[in-house]
Amino acid sequence: MSLTAGSRPDGTCSPAAVEKPTPVALATAGTKAGAATAGTKVRAPGGKSKGGTVAFRIRLRRDRALILMTVPVILLLLLFNYLPLLGNIVAFQDYDPYVSSNGITAIFHSPWVGFEQFSRMFEDPLFWSATKNTLLLFALQLVLFFPVPIALALLINSVIRPRVRAVAQAIMYLPHFFSWVLVVTVFQQLFGGAGVIAQTLEQHGWSGFDLMTNADLFKYLVTAQSVWKDAGWGIIVFLAALSAVSTDLYEAAAMDGAGRWRRMWHVTLPALRPVIALLLVLRVGDALSVGFEQFLLQRDAVGAGASEVLDTYVWNMGIQNGDFSYAAAVGLAKGLIGICLVLGANKFAHLLGEQGVYKK
Amino acid sequence: MSLNTQLVRSLKAPARPVWEESPSKAGLAAKSGFLLLCCLGVLAPLWIVIVTSLSPKPVIDRVGGLVVIPRGITFVNYTELLGGGQVSRAIMVSAGVTLFGTLFSMTVSVLAAYGLSRPGSLGHRFFLMTMMATMFFGAGLIPTYLLVQSLGLTDTYLSLVLPSAVSVFNILVLRAFFMGISPELTESARIDGAGDLRILLTIIMPLSRAVLAVISLFYAVGYWSSWFNASIYLSDQEMMPLQNVLIQLVQKHTEAPTGLQQAVRTGQLSSLGLQMAVMVLALIPVAIASPFVQRHFKKGMLTGAVKG
Repeated sequence: MSLTAGSRPDGTCSPAAVEKPTPVALATAGTKAGAATAGTKVRAPGGKSKGGTVAFRIRLRRDRALILMTVPVILLLLLFNYLPLLGNIVAFQDYDPYVSSNGITAIFHSPWVGFEQFSRMFEDPLFWSATKNTLLLFALQLVLFFPVPIALALLINSVIRPRVRAVAQAIMYLPHFFSWVLVVTVFQQLFGGAGVIAQTLEQHGWSGFDLMTNADLFKYLVTAQSVWKDAGWGIIVFLAALSAVSTDLYEAAAMDGAGRWRRMWHVTLPALRPVIALLLVLRVGDALSVGFEQFLLQRDAVGAGASEVLDTYVWNMGIQNGDFSYAAAVGLAKGLIGICLVLGANKFAHLLGEQGVYKK
Repeated sequence: MSLNTQLVRSLKAPARPVWEESPSKAGLAAKSGFLLLCCLGVLAPLWIVIVTSLSPKPVIDRVGGLVVIPRGITFVNYTELLGGGQVSRAIMVSAGVTLFGTLFSMTVSVLAAYGLSRPGSLGHRFFLMTMMATMFFGAGLIPTYLLVQSLGLTDTYLSLVLPSAVSVFNILVLRAFFMGISPELTESARIDGAGDLRILLTIIMPLSRAVLAVISLFYAVGYWSSWFNASIYLSDQEMMPLQNVLIQLVQKHTEAPTGLQQAVRTGQLSSLGLQMAVMVLALIPVAIASPFVQRHFKKGMLTGAVKG
């Protein structure tokens, strides 16, 4: 008994196996630990046991608690993430939820139309307008939003006083935890037609303005909202990367005569390179999801022409207009292009010699 | 300068590396100025919202909009809102969904994170792949909506919790933290005859308070801030959470929450003051909770980022 327990330093066996020191358990414990017993092959009763692997039944017995613990999450994901994937077949139908009493069984009664919804999509000017808006906003976010957390992290990192750092970080993190409803409302009350700034201008004889309903400036407005809400939060990962940089590098650079800016260019920024590459890959992979709630909330104020992105278009066509098949087709196309973008961006990161999201 | 004051000074001022040149006055001023500007940019809007919600109606009327400088403080907006009616009910709904949702999400997430924290356990790799794959694709809005509807979850609070109960990212962070706990601890418990559930409850969880706090906050903020699920799955006005009531007040240009419209019409209450008070009520829990969890952020996020 004590032998069994002592020969198991890898922590992979449960008490169930401890209670029964069968030859199998002993042998597996030995091979697991990489001991000399690796050569002794013992066939588990009924199970196939190759060389060093543990028989399925033994492992099932040993890990049943762990498996049971994982099951609820797997079930939830199967139900709400995997099952709806199958539901995307309504994109190839002319789906009518009312042909049957239940939305799922209605799928079996709806007529098949093949790729008709997709060809409809390509001829739809509203779809192209939403795509255009999405890509435009993505480009704008990439240029105006993406570098901000990096710059802020460099700034915060150069502040040495820990108290100042902590307070500044605490304040900058805060808006990340506000809902989009709050953020949009705050902006509306400040920059809207009846907002503080317009009111003050009017009181001093200038003409007021309404940023919130201006379709031309909408793209800058939403970018500003994103910066206000999430730029502070974005610095966390960069600060983590910066804190991992060895001070020896800075010291060596300083000894070689590198000034403040030289050290930033040759030590700090190269240290951030993998993180920047990773986040860029993730961002590009998500290019078609520029945000959803933010746009939905402001759709009424500026009109669909400026604020419609692919996600809100799916919502509008499906949930609002009840054209489920068409909306599902748009959503499916968006998802497929999104996966291609992730894979492509990751490939590109590999070409640049970075790790990307997953390894080669 | 005596040795003593020198010592005190060196304790107060953090050690500056000897090789680093001292910053120029202009550089320091520019840096702190910019930092101050960033912080003001975050705090100023919040200040204005809070001050307006606390201002009496005459002050709001005189300014003609949001109040920047407080003149007189009144809590009448809050007492009216919290004295029953639409907003009080919405707060109860939001609080309930947040509480039960967070408990549920944490339970399943912690269990799964522990269940996957032992490399080499049966099905470990398969379950992990099943989970992580969902980070790369979403099923899409329409099929999810049809599913929730077919399951009969519409117009129930379950529709606000179940579809978004699991965050794979949060599980990965938890798992990475659990895996960082030294195996000798769990090993000795196992030799003493403790099962996996017992090890999780008595050893792993007390050791991971930091990351549990952070992940709980993430889940709680998610539930508290969400409005979209309620907007598509609920039709009953009485069931609406706080964020949805806030949208209706501010976006749809409703004057005041139901129950208080009379008071606004007769000029006792300012509709703007009421709207701002609802906003403050919506942001208070988050603003209070996040600084407490703040000190754990970096630790919690780092373990997740490095190993996840």
